Amino acid sequence: MKVLVPVKRVVDYNVKVRVKSDQTGVDVANVKMSMNPFDEIAVEEATRLKESGAATEVVAVSCGVQQAQETLRTAMAIGADRSVLVQTDAELQPLAVAKLLKALVDKEQPQLVILGKQAIDDDANQTGQMLAALLDWPQATFASKVDVAGDKVKVTREIDGGLETLELKLPAIVTTDLRLNEPRYVTLPNIMKAKKKPLDTVTPEALSVDVTPRLKTLKVTEPPVRSAGVVVPDVAALVDKLKNEAKVV
Amino acid sequence: MSVLVIAEHDNAQLKGATLNVIAAAAKIGGDVHVLVMGAGAQAAADQAAKAVGVAKVILADGASLAEGLAENLAAQVLGLASAYSHILFAATSTGKNVAPRVAAKLDVAQISDIISVESADTFARPIYAGNAIATVQSQDAVKVITVRTTAFDPVAAEGGQAAVESVAAAADSGLSAFVGRELAKSDRPELAGAAAVVSGGRGMGSADNFKILEPLADKLGAALGASRAAVDAGYAPNDWQVGQTGKIVAPQLYVAVGISGAIQHLAGMKDSKVIVAINKDAEAPIFGVADYGLVADLFQAVPELAKSL
Repeated sequence: MKVLVPVKRVVDYNVKVRVKSDQTGVDVANVKMSMNPFDEIAVEEATRLKESGAATEVVAVSCGVQQAQETLRTAMAIGADRSVLVQTDAELQPLAVAKLLKALVDKEQPQLVILGKQAIDDDANQTGQMLAALLDWPQATFASKVDVAGDKVKVTREIDGGLETLELKLPAIVTTDLRLNEPRYVTLPNIMKAKKKPLDTVTPEALSVDVTPRLKTLKVTEPPVRSAGVVVPDVAALVDKLKNEAKVV
Repeated sequence: MSVLVIAEHDNAQLKGATLNVIAAAAKIGGDVHVLVMGAGAQAAADQAAKAVGVAKVILADGASLAEGLAENLAAQVLGLASAYSHILFAATSTGKNVAPRVAAKLDVAQISDIISVESADTFARPIYAGNAIATVQSQDAVKVITVRTTAFDPVAAEGGQAAVESVAAAADSGLSAFVGRELAKSDRPELAGAAAVVSGGRGMGSADNFKILEPLADKLGAALGASRAAVDAGYAPNDWQVGQTGKIVAPQLYVAVGISGAIQHLAGMKDSKVIVAINKDAEAPIFGVADYGLVADLFQAVPELAKSL
């Protein structure tokens, strides 16, 4: 079974982003970039499927600028066997990415695609579900457990208020939630090995996919700032404030 | 222009989130229709019909819709989509699961997690964990949207009298099957819609210590929450997680106990009306957003606070 894992290069999650003064976006110049954390969980899960014998090949793919090659190298250092970059400088929105991924799925014919549930930059939480729709495949989003058995995959999902288990017919789409696994640390020997693994590049044009954005960003602004209140000396003072000032108890 | 709101419910009961989404729909304008998809969901449909501002309720009732499988729900919505300019879901685990499937099939962009309606085609939404707000304009004929429910005050649950119209349930896709569900049983309100939330962080020290939050939550009628650090440490279940990667809450009162206030946590609770922070570290970032801060040992302060209320 071949597993495809799409990964996205995003601003590192420890970076506090700044909104540009002209309100056109956030400043990503000279900011540390990393693999989207949910995608890292996806690569780890695919790698574990390969290590357990359930998968035979793990292919990492990414869509975006040339530097996304670094993200793919990281995926291969974790355990992906090879990778494909759909290279473009164009702004890519989730629907466009889902269409690019569909074109790659048509070519690669994986039985399972594991994606992060959302990217921590645009916070859209769309691509996996959109890809499932375009392929007419079943989906299990927000996975906390994945078991492949024969031509089916059983997935436990994190839902509001608890957990839910679904069984999907392969081929299928799974998106990862935080508790699915804890990604391994990549070791230097594996980073060296990853440099020698194959990385192919294609373009949206070569895949005949129109990636024109559908949403126009009119402006990007700072969120309203919440200012600090007062520090109270003890519990009695806190109760007094809650009762008489905030009137919430 | 008509807006279709996808109801959240458990067949017997319409969930409060639906009323917030109806409020967002009302801001867009036009007729507001509510689609209730379920099995034996007449009660939920009848409740939806009473919500203020609803012109019509559409009930799709059938076994294929019993367990909320995304493939079947999306097919049902798609069967009705052509009559609407906007299709709105709550940004809950169900809405987030189904909406993109609908959007992709319609070949339109989805606008996720909107916090305001600027006009019929322009919406504001948080990006980068709420560290920036993007105002986006849709170029598509149909707008598929998920709504951050805490950003819209709910419409009144009683007062409307819309007609309930039944449609045939979509056929089962045969692609996925429901196996089981484990819902945390609790008498407490649901985290996402609670008027008060008491959350614990890594400072709680252990899963056992989380119990000291219970008497306080009981007194306040609050839901229990946790920071990602506490969830990662195994102190609390994941569905308690408040933050960018968990639930976004905006209660009247948010009590953060032993929570340092990482950006990712603040993103999930900083729209709360009143924030109380109890932490022994006076330098903790949580004090930067708290209305009332108490620098104290939580193991003494929390029981004392519970007793004093």
